[in-house]
Amino acid sequence: MDEAVSLAPPTKAVQSHSPRWRRQLKVLMSEPKVAGAGGFILLLALVALLAPLISPHDPLDQDLMLSALPPAGFDGAERGHLLGTDNLGRDVLSRLIFGTRITLIVAVVAAGLAALIGTTLGLLAGWYRGLVDGSISRLVEIWMSFPPVLLSILLVAVIGSGVTSVIAAIAIIDWTRFCRVIRAETMAQAQQDYVLAARAVGYPRLYILLREILPNIMPVLLALVSLEMGIAVIVEGILSFVGLSVSSDTPTWGGMIAEGRQYIHQTWWVLAAPLAALFATVLCFNQLGEGLRRALDPVLRR
Amino acid sequence: MTNSILSISDLSARSELDHRLILRGVSIGVAPGETMGLVGESGAGKSTIAKALLGILPRTVRITSGRIVFDGRDLRNLPERELNQIFGDQIALIPQDPLTALNPGRRIEGQLTDGLRLRRNLPWRQARLRALELLDEVQIRDPERVMRAFPHELSGGMRQRILIAAAFALEPKLIIADEPTTALDVTVQKQVLRLMRHLQASHHTAIVFVTHDIGVVAQICDRVTLLFEGRVVESGTTAEILAAPKQPYTKALIAAGPRYDRPETGLQPVPDSVINMLRADIIASDGRSSNG
Amino acid sequence: MADTLVKATGIEVVYGARRRFGRSTAGGNKVLHGIDIHIDRHETVGIVGESGSGKSTLGRALLGLTKVTKGSINFDGVDITRLTESRIIPLRRRMQMIFQDPMSSLNPRHSIRRILTEPLLFHGVATDKGDAERRVRRFFDRIALPSSCLDRAPHELSGGQRQRIGIARAALLEPDFVLADEIVSGLDASTQAQTLNLLKGLTREMGLAMAFISHDLSVIRSVCDRVYVMRYGSIVEHGRCDDIFTSPRDLYTQLLIDAIPLPRIDPGWLNRGRIDDATAVAATI
Repeated sequence: MDEAVSLAPPTKAVQSHSPRWRRQLKVLMSEPKVAGAGGFILLLALVALLAPLISPHDPLDQDLMLSALPPAGFDGAERGHLLGTDNLGRDVLSRLIFGTRITLIVAVVAAGLAALIGTTLGLLAGWYRGLVDGSISRLVEIWMSFPPVLLSILLVAVIGSGVTSVIAAIAIIDWTRFCRVIRAETMAQAQQDYVLAARAVGYPRLYILLREILPNIMPVLLALVSLEMGIAVIVEGILSFVGLSVSSDTPTWGGMIAEGRQYIHQTWWVLAAPLAALFATVLCFNQLGEGLRRALDPVLRR
Repeated sequence: MTNSILSISDLSARSELDHRLILRGVSIGVAPGETMGLVGESGAGKSTIAKALLGILPRTVRITSGRIVFDGRDLRNLPERELNQIFGDQIALIPQDPLTALNPGRRIEGQLTDGLRLRRNLPWRQARLRALELLDEVQIRDPERVMRAFPHELSGGMRQRILIAAAFALEPKLIIADEPTTALDVTVQKQVLRLMRHLQASHHTAIVFVTHDIGVVAQICDRVTLLFEGRVVESGTTAEILAAPKQPYTKALIAAGPRYDRPETGLQPVPDSVINMLRADIIASDGRSSNG
Repeated sequence: MADTLVKATGIEVVYGARRRFGRSTAGGNKVLHGIDIHIDRHETVGIVGESGSGKSTLGRALLGLTKVTKGSINFDGVDITRLTESRIIPLRRRMQMIFQDPMSSLNPRHSIRRILTEPLLFHGVATDKGDAERRVRRFFDRIALPSSCLDRAPHELSGGQRQRIGIARAALLEPDFVLADEIVSGLDASTQAQTLNLLKGLTREMGLAMAFISHDLSVIRSVCDRVYVMRYGSIVEHGRCDDIFTSPRDLYTQLLIDAIPLPRIDPGWLNRGRIDDATAVAATI
């Protein structure tokens, strides 16, 4: 509904004292999904950072005397092992905490890399169209016709296992997701009048792409990155489940799930803990993405 | 007004979001077969009234007092079942945007026969025949082809005619026309207005015509109600309002539109003094009604 | 004619033609058929037409924002149709545009300050940020906008304010020519009057040449000196406003004028005049 004729100040007065970024942060925090999920993720990051400090035990420490202890509250639990121990006597909680490191590193770097590659190509394809778009789109189509799982296994077989190859695998496969979405968004934004207005002012084309269009694509991009981080976590879990990720010494959630699966009847908690952690983390990334999308879209929010 | 098809008395409505008054004691009477123009600038409340008459008020708007009497029945006191029989049947809508009002995925014949089949229980073939008659009434030259067409294959004017046909299909007693020609070219607008007047006469339907264009009101409405921020400023026959407007706001609004036949008059926005006077009046009467 | 600022000859625009080695072949939709139009310094010229007339396309072509497939456009002696994008840039300061929808023509993620000062700095109209801000504030006083708008984003302002920002963006660059594309089409009569009065005042003060696109002949009459009437991509009539309205020669122009409902009782209006049914069924299959 339009406002009536008026030279009066706007109806939704916003304090102009504080700088815009602070106002934007306030807006972000007011969206419950962002505050909640974002808070959890921040907590995870802290855990990963401070792992050696807050972990009750060395995650690699085996103590066959204390093996297969159930978590606190169950019969036979021991103090000092809140989540119990696995069949080799390693503390589950400590392994979980250290596993956070791999999880988050992979999530952030892989998603970031995929976003970088995909967004760059998507922006170029959507803005310059013509031959540029043609070739990039063909590339995406061909790329997407490779079965992703096969590709990642192939990659790891070639490069060798480890965090780097997991990250590379995810980025190399998933950049196409970003490319398609960003390309579509760029084309949609390019139709808008403000882009025509920028051309009328006389700004050069690349300038318009980066200074005018890109800021309007950020909400979608950020939401996508968050979703991608959730996907990266799962893919890492899968890869370490099949033993293609880091070496079996370094604890990862996927690895713990693989081990836990073998002894599920004896030590179900070894499976349950990383599963729950994985679930919660991916859920939070998804919710964060959804919340960001809603909070950052200035037009939608009205 | 015992002879009126529609009688709105002292209708007030409030927004649930910011508790602003949207309608302030609006009273309007429409006689059977007449065209009542509902005029006002944005925010005047005219689409709120239209929505209230069609039963599609958003949940964020609540009617706080007043009566809507249609064909002798108080709409605010009827059970839902009876209301469903009235809205969309005895009260029909000609919407503003012919582009979005039609389902792009369905052919015209389906959309046009919906009402006849669902509300009058006509079998498909009979409904289709009736629809063809309606298309003929709205002067569509090739009704068979139009029936089989999809909305995007037709022009804006054509689509609006179809919507008009759909509105008249169930022989409603009252039609709410919500800015039906605003989105149309001016030459198409004239054809559509002519058509509406003609159909109204032959079906003896009353029309509530919502618009912000005083020129359109002058040519097609029998009577006019002028609104400002939810309040009736003036009402009367079109001739009276145009020839001798009593309220300064009415005078100003009529004078604000550009006139190609009077280029010397120039462009005169409604003076702030007039607006302020009206607003002061509104504040005063708001205070009175909340105290009383 | 030293007085002519914008001169377009034989303009043709085709959308969606398939290009084969640089030469456009069949297919595609011809939107403008050989248009000749000129705008002199300091004059306001109206371009009127209904939907499908090509008026918006013509406006953008005049500004070099839409590629023309045939013909030439001269701006102050320079043929802009043959210029590359980068050669046009310095000329752009002198020809600006005001849009119909201020909501979509202002970047939703930029502050008003940025939207208005950046062009000034880019074209060197302002020497530095401080100078740019000063100019903007001075202009705000002229058009009665509160300076608190500067920190806001477009969606935080009212519709009328956004419209003024759109006008400010064009005028601040001190252009010679402004294209106004249906800038009052969605507005109430009163807001429309305010905006047009503001525009007329500005064009007078700044000595601007203006092309005013509208579908509303009444608005055109109140703003323009001369007018071009367009239909289906061609100009059907043109001349001084007074002449066109008192004695329109073309049948379509007469139809257009006659179709305007005036706010006075005229019982014969509704049924008067021939209805060109072809117009109504134009875009059908």
